[in-house]
Order: sequence, then structure tokens, then C-alpha cells
Amino acid sequence: MKSAAGAHTGTGTWLVQRATALVLAVALPGLIIHFLTALPVDFSGWQMLFAPLWVRVLLLLTMTALALHAWVGMRDIFMDYVHPVGLRLALYLTVIVTLASCEVAMLMALWK
Amino acid sequence: MKPIARPVYLNLLRIHLPITGWVSILHRVSGALLFAALPFGVWALSVSLSDEAGFRRMAATFAHPLARLIVLFLIGAFAHHVFAGLRHLALDVHRGVDLKHARQSSLAVMLAAGLVTLIAAWGMFA
Repeated sequence: MKSAAGAHTGTGTWLVQRATALVLAVALPGLIIHFLTALPVDFSGWQMLFAPLWVRVLLLLTMTALALHAWVGMRDIFMDYVHPVGLRLALYLTVIVTLASCEVAMLMALWK
Repeated sequence: MKPIARPVYLNLLRIHLPITGWVSILHRVSGALLFAALPFGVWALSVSLSDEAGFRRMAATFAHPLARLIVLFLIGAFAHHVFAGLRHLALDVHRGVDLKHARQSSLAVMLAAGLVTLIAAWGMFA
């Protein structure tokens, strides 16, 4: 049974997962097609693909949606299968650090 | 009623999942796989954009058959995750909840993911 303190937070995360799912279902195939149709490229051509501001903004927004989506998904998996509280919190932290690092790495790769 | 001895150990090899169950568990497995692959993808993109040498290194890496096989596997996982996810969104708004349609949509998810993987394999290896 869930504690009373956490009982009301489920709907919010559920909604985040669904909203980001819709964003990703449109953005990811769109981005993949955008990059695939340009291949093969050399280094300068590859850089040019990432030059337009809208491409970089869209990539970063997609990365953000992906991070939120992955967080809710991994959290659900750990809530279902990992019951020792300490281990579960450690896994949560690992996921958060991983996703935050990906977000920062993406930002730095696109704007350096 | 006699209480059941706990914990109960289930023999996973003797459990036969219906196709809806397969789609459900594969949605989780593919999601976890994609999460695990994400840092490597971001890292590869970062290196490829850093300089000419980094770009060549990544191009050489992804030209290797083993790397392509891993990418193909991830494409399959992604395709399954997207189609199973869209099915889930439909279920959320009570579309296809009855058993007959749930089974049909599960089969459709499997076939669509398989088709996308085959097309990707053809594009990458042919």
C-alpha cells in the first residue's frame, strides 16, 4: 500500500509520461528522417546539419522530453521490482545523474 | 483455507505468456535497453561533432558490422517501444480494450516492429 504522502503524485507522473510520449512519437521519427535523408556526409556537411538554430533547439527539447520520459519509466520499473528502499533510492539517483549528464552533454555538444 | 507457503517461486520457463503479455513485457525491456543505450548515443554524437578526427573515429566505428548489429538491435527495440507505446495510449482512451482487439493490436505491434527492423537491416547491410 502506498503512503498517504505519495498517494496523489501518481497522476502527475502518469501525465508527464503520456505527454512526453506524444512529443517523442512525433519528434524522434521526424529528426531521424531529417538526418537520414542527408546521409552520407563529410564532417563539414555533418556540422551543417546541426547549424540551424531550430535543429539544435528541437534536439535539446527532444532530449529534455526523453529525459523526463525515461525517468518516469525507469522509476516505474524500479518501483515494481526493487523493494529494498536503500537500493531503490540508489538506482533512482543513478538514473537521475545519467539523464542529467546526457542533457548537459547534449547542450555542450550542440553549443560549444 | 490453507495458507500458501511464501515466498512462492514461479518457474518462469513454464509460464506461457499470451501475446498481449509479450508486448507488455517487451515494452519494459525495450525501454530499459534504450535508456542504457542513451548515454552512448549522446557521447557518439558529441564526439562526431567535436572535430574532424572525432567524426572519422565515429564513422569508422559505425562502419563496423558488430556496431551496426547493435544499432539494428536498438532500432528494433525502439520500433517496438514506439508501436507498443502508441497501443498503450490508445488503451488509455479506451480504444481496443476488449480481448479480441487487444490481441489483434498486439500482433500488429509485433509485425510493425519486425517490419521496421527488416527495412533497417536492408538499409544497413544490403
